[in-house]
Amino acid sequence: MRRSLALLPLLCLAACAGAQSSLDPAAEQAQSLAGLLTLATWVCGIFYLLVLFFLALSLWRARDRIAKSAMPAIEPSEPATRRALFLWSVLIVGALCVLVTASFLVDRSLAEARARDALQVRVTGHQWWWRLEYRDPASGAWIETANELHLPAGRTARIELGSADVIHSFWVPNVAGKMDVIPGRINSIDVTPHREGWHRGQCAEFCGLQHAHMAFDVKVESGPAFDAWLAAQARVASVPIDAGAARGAQVFASSCAACHAVRGSAAAGRVGPDLTHIATRRSIAAGTLPFSRGALQGWIAQPQALKPGTMMPAVPLEPADADAVGRYLESLR
Amino acid sequence: MNLDTNPPAQAKRHRALLATWSDAPGVWGFLTTVDHKRIAARYVLTAVALLFLAGLLAVDMRLQLSQPDMGRMGPQGYNEAFALHGSTMLFLVSVPVMEAMAMWLVPLMLGARTVAFPRLAAFSYWLYLGGVLMLWISHALDITPDLGWFEYPPLSGPAYSAGHRVDIWAQMITFSEVAALAASVNVVATILKMRPPGMTLARMPLFVWAMLVASVMTVFALPSIMLVTSMLISDRLVSTHFFAPAGGGDVLLFQHLFWFFGHPEVYIIFVPAIGFVSAIVETFSRRTLFGYVPMVLAMLGIAVLAFGLWVHHMFAVGLPRLGSAFYTAASMAIALPAGVQIFCWIATMGSGRLRFATPLLWVIGFILTFVIGGLSGVMTASAPLDLQLTDTYFIVAHLHYVLVGGAMFPLFGAFSYWYPKATGRLMSERWGKIAFLLIFLGFNLGFFPMHLLGLQGMPRRIYTYGPEMGWGTLNLVATIGTFVSAAGGLVFIANAFLSLKRGAPAGNDPWGGPTLEWATSSPPPAHNFDEVVVVDGVAPLWAGDGRLPVMTGLAADRREVLITSVIDALPQYRHRSPTPSIWPLIAAVATSILFIGSIFTPWALVWGAVPVGVALAAWFWPKRPRAGAGGQE
Repeated sequence: MRRSLALLPLLCLAACAGAQSSLDPAAEQAQSLAGLLTLATWVCGIFYLLVLFFLALSLWRARDRIAKSAMPAIEPSEPATRRALFLWSVLIVGALCVLVTASFLVDRSLAEARARDALQVRVTGHQWWWRLEYRDPASGAWIETANELHLPAGRTARIELGSADVIHSFWVPNVAGKMDVIPGRINSIDVTPHREGWHRGQCAEFCGLQHAHMAFDVKVESGPAFDAWLAAQARVASVPIDAGAARGAQVFASSCAACHAVRGSAAAGRVGPDLTHIATRRSIAAGTLPFSRGALQGWIAQPQALKPGTMMPAVPLEPADADAVGRYLESLR
Repeated sequence: MNLDTNPPAQAKRHRALLATWSDAPGVWGFLTTVDHKRIAARYVLTAVALLFLAGLLAVDMRLQLSQPDMGRMGPQGYNEAFALHGSTMLFLVSVPVMEAMAMWLVPLMLGARTVAFPRLAAFSYWLYLGGVLMLWISHALDITPDLGWFEYPPLSGPAYSAGHRVDIWAQMITFSEVAALAASVNVVATILKMRPPGMTLARMPLFVWAMLVASVMTVFALPSIMLVTSMLISDRLVSTHFFAPAGGGDVLLFQHLFWFFGHPEVYIIFVPAIGFVSAIVETFSRRTLFGYVPMVLAMLGIAVLAFGLWVHHMFAVGLPRLGSAFYTAASMAIALPAGVQIFCWIATMGSGRLRFATPLLWVIGFILTFVIGGLSGVMTASAPLDLQLTDTYFIVAHLHYVLVGGAMFPLFGAFSYWYPKATGRLMSERWGKIAFLLIFLGFNLGFFPMHLLGLQGMPRRIYTYGPEMGWGTLNLVATIGTFVSAAGGLVFIANAFLSLKRGAPAGNDPWGGPTLEWATSSPPPAHNFDEVVVVDGVAPLWAGDGRLPVMTGLAADRREVLITSVIDALPQYRHRSPTPSIWPLIAAVATSILFIGSIFTPWALVWGAVPVGVALAAWFWPKRPRAGAGGQE
C-alpha cells in the first residue's frame, strides 16, 4: 500500500505513457530503475520544497525591514545561521548517502549474472536499422532477422551489441536502460521481461541523418509462443505459389538481391536487412511505416521521400513489376 | 575619488591621465585599442548578438517539433540547426560572455587601470571574432556543421563525414579556445598581481574569487578539447587513426578527452554566475554576504570536483561498473557545495534589507530555476538511473535548467546591475520586470515538460516523431513556452537599446554597491581611477565615512600600473602597461589564416607560421626605455 502510494505521482504519468516509456516497466531491469526514479524524485522533490520554503520565509521576513533602514551594513555571520548551515549540510550529505547507496544496489542488481542459460541475441546497429540474430537452440546456427525483437517472458536474454558503422545506442525504455553500440567493441546487457506485450525501442545516440527513424518493435511473449516464432524464423522462405508472387521473386532477384537476403532463394545480399520473413513484421524501414503491401511499394519507389538520406536507393520498376514485388514480399511469412 | 586637498591639481592630473590612457580617435583607435572596457564590451555585444541568432535557431527547432510529423525542416536542416545552436551557445556565447564580464569588471573592482596584458586582451577578442565569423559565414555558405555540439567519431571521421562541415566545427573550437585561454590567463594574472594595496585574498569580493576560480579552471580544461579536436582534424586531414577502430584507434578516447573538458566547462560557465549572484544579493540585501568563507570553499570544491566526474556523461558506453559507482558519488557530491551556496544567498536575503529591483528578481528566478536543474543533475548522476535518462529530453531539460537558469539568468541580472556603470544610464525598471517575467515563465513552461517527455521515451536530436508516440501535447506546450520567453528576450534587448538614450542618469553609484567599481564615474574614464585605492575590508564603500584612502605615486604622463604581491597585495613595483597597437589585430588575422588554411592542407601549419611569427615579433619588439622613466622592468 505504502509502495503504491509512493509510486502515485509516477503512475499518473504512466497513465499517459506509450509503448516507449521508462514509466511503464515490463521487465525486471526497467522495474528496478523505475523504483530508483521514484526514490530520487521524492528526495529531490522534498529538497526543492525545502528551498522554496526557506526562500519564501526569508523574503517574507526581509519585507518588514525594507522601510526601517537604508544604510548598508557589514555584518558578521550570526552563530544561529552558522548552525543552520551546518545542519543543512548534514541533511544534504545524508540524502546523498541514501541516493548513492540505492544507486549502487540497483547497479549491482542490473549486473547480476543470471544469464547462465540465457537466450543469446546479437544486435548490430547500422545506419539506420537494426540487424538481429538469435542462436538456434537446436542447431546452434544464427538465425537472422531485422528491426523486430522478440523476447520470451520470464527468461533472461543476453543481448550482445555491436556496430557496423558509427555509434548507436540500444534503448527499449520499457525493458531496460540504454547501452551504447560502439564500433570496435562488444557491449552486452541482460534483460528479463516479465510482462507480455508490444513495446518500442529507438536509437538513442545521434548517428547521422536518419537518427530519428532508427526504431524497432519489441514483442514480449510467452515461452511457447516465442519458441514457435523462433522456429518459424529459422525456416527458409516459402516458394511463391501464385504467379504474381513468382514474377515478383524474379524481379526481386534482379533488382534487390544485391543488398537483401531471402533465405531459400538466390538472394543473399548482406548490406540491407534480411527479408526472409518480412511479412511477419509489424513495420518496415526501422519503424518508419507500418507493414502493408502499399507501404512496401511506396517505400521501394520513393525511399528518399519517406526517409531522406536512407541507404536504400530508389528502385525504378514498371508498375506491374512493383505490384509483383509487393505481392512477393507480402507472401514472405 | 577623494583627493580633494587641492582640487585644481586633481583636475589637472585627471586630464593628464585621460590624455595618456585614451585611444586615438576614429577607426584607428577602434582597431588599435587595448582598453579592457572597450574590448570586453565588444565581446559582450558579439556574444549577445550570437545569443540572439542561436535563439532564433531554437525557435525554429521548437516549431519543427511542436507537432508530430512536421515538415518545416528536413533531417539535414534540423541537424544543422541543433549543431549550430549548441556549438554557438556553448563555445561562442556562454564561455566568452563570462570571460568578457570578467575582463570588463575585474580591473574596476580592483581599482586598477587596466588588465595585466592589454594587448593579449585585444588579440583574444580578434581571434574570437575570427572563430565567430568562420562558423557563421560557413553557415551562410551552407557548410554548416551538422553533427551536434560534440561530434563523436567515427560519425565525424573521414569515412562518414566527407566535406568540410566537421573541419569547420573543429577549427572553430581551436579559435574560440585559444581566445578563451588568452582571456583567462589575463584574468588570473590581473587578479593575482594587480589588486589594490590592502586587498588580501581574504578581502577579495566574491565576484573576483568566482572569476579567479573559473579562469584557473579554464586554463586546465581547455587544452583537452584543443587536443581532441586537433586529433580529429589530423584523422581527417592526414589519415592518422586516433579514432578509427579498424586502424587500432579507439572511439571512446574522443569521448574521454571531450568530457574531461566538457564537464568542467559547465562549471566554467556556472562559477562566474555565482559571482554575479553574490554581488547582486549583497547589494540588494544591503548587507555583506553571509558565509564568505563557506562560499569561497564551495567554489574551490566545485572547481576540484568538476575535474573528477566527466565519466557521468559516458555511463551508457559500457565502462566497468565499480568505476561508474565512483563517478556517481563524485557527481552527486557537487550538490553539497551548491547547496551551501544556495543557503548562504537565502540567509543573506533573509537577514538583509531587501530592495526588489530587477537584478534581485533575476537572482530569485535563478534560485527557483537552477535548483531544479541541480536536482535533476543529482538524478542523472546515478549511473543506473542515467541509463534511462541520458540522451533523452530529460537531459535537454536538465542542461537548459542549469545553463539558462543557472548561468543566463544571473547574466541578465548582472547585465541590468552593471548596465548603469557601463553606460551612465539606468535601464527601465518597468520593462526590465516585464522582460524578467516573460523570460522566467516562458522558460519554465518551455522546458519543464521536457523532463516528462524524456521519461516518456523521447530521445534527443530527432527531427520528427510519429503521432502514435503521444508526445505531441507536451511538445506543443514547450513550443509555446519558447515563444513567450523569446518575446521576453526581445523586450530585454529593446530595453537595453532604448535606455541608452532615455534611461535616467545613473550617477556613480545608483544601487549603493559595496565594491570599488561604484567609486568611479559611470561610464568610467579611460584610466578607470585617478589614484590607487587602499582597501581594508570586503566592502570598502560601506566602511568608514565614505572616503577612500588612496596611494599616490603613479605617473600621469605614461601608462603605469601598480603590481602587488599575490597573497597580501603588498605594493611591489610600478609596471609600464603597453600602449595601443595594431599588431594584436594583425597577429589575430595571421593566426586565422593559419587555422583556416589548415582545414585544407597540413602545409598551412608551415607557411602559415611565417606571418604569425612576423606579427608576434613586431608586437613584442622592445622599445628603448626613456631616460629616467621608472618601472621599465
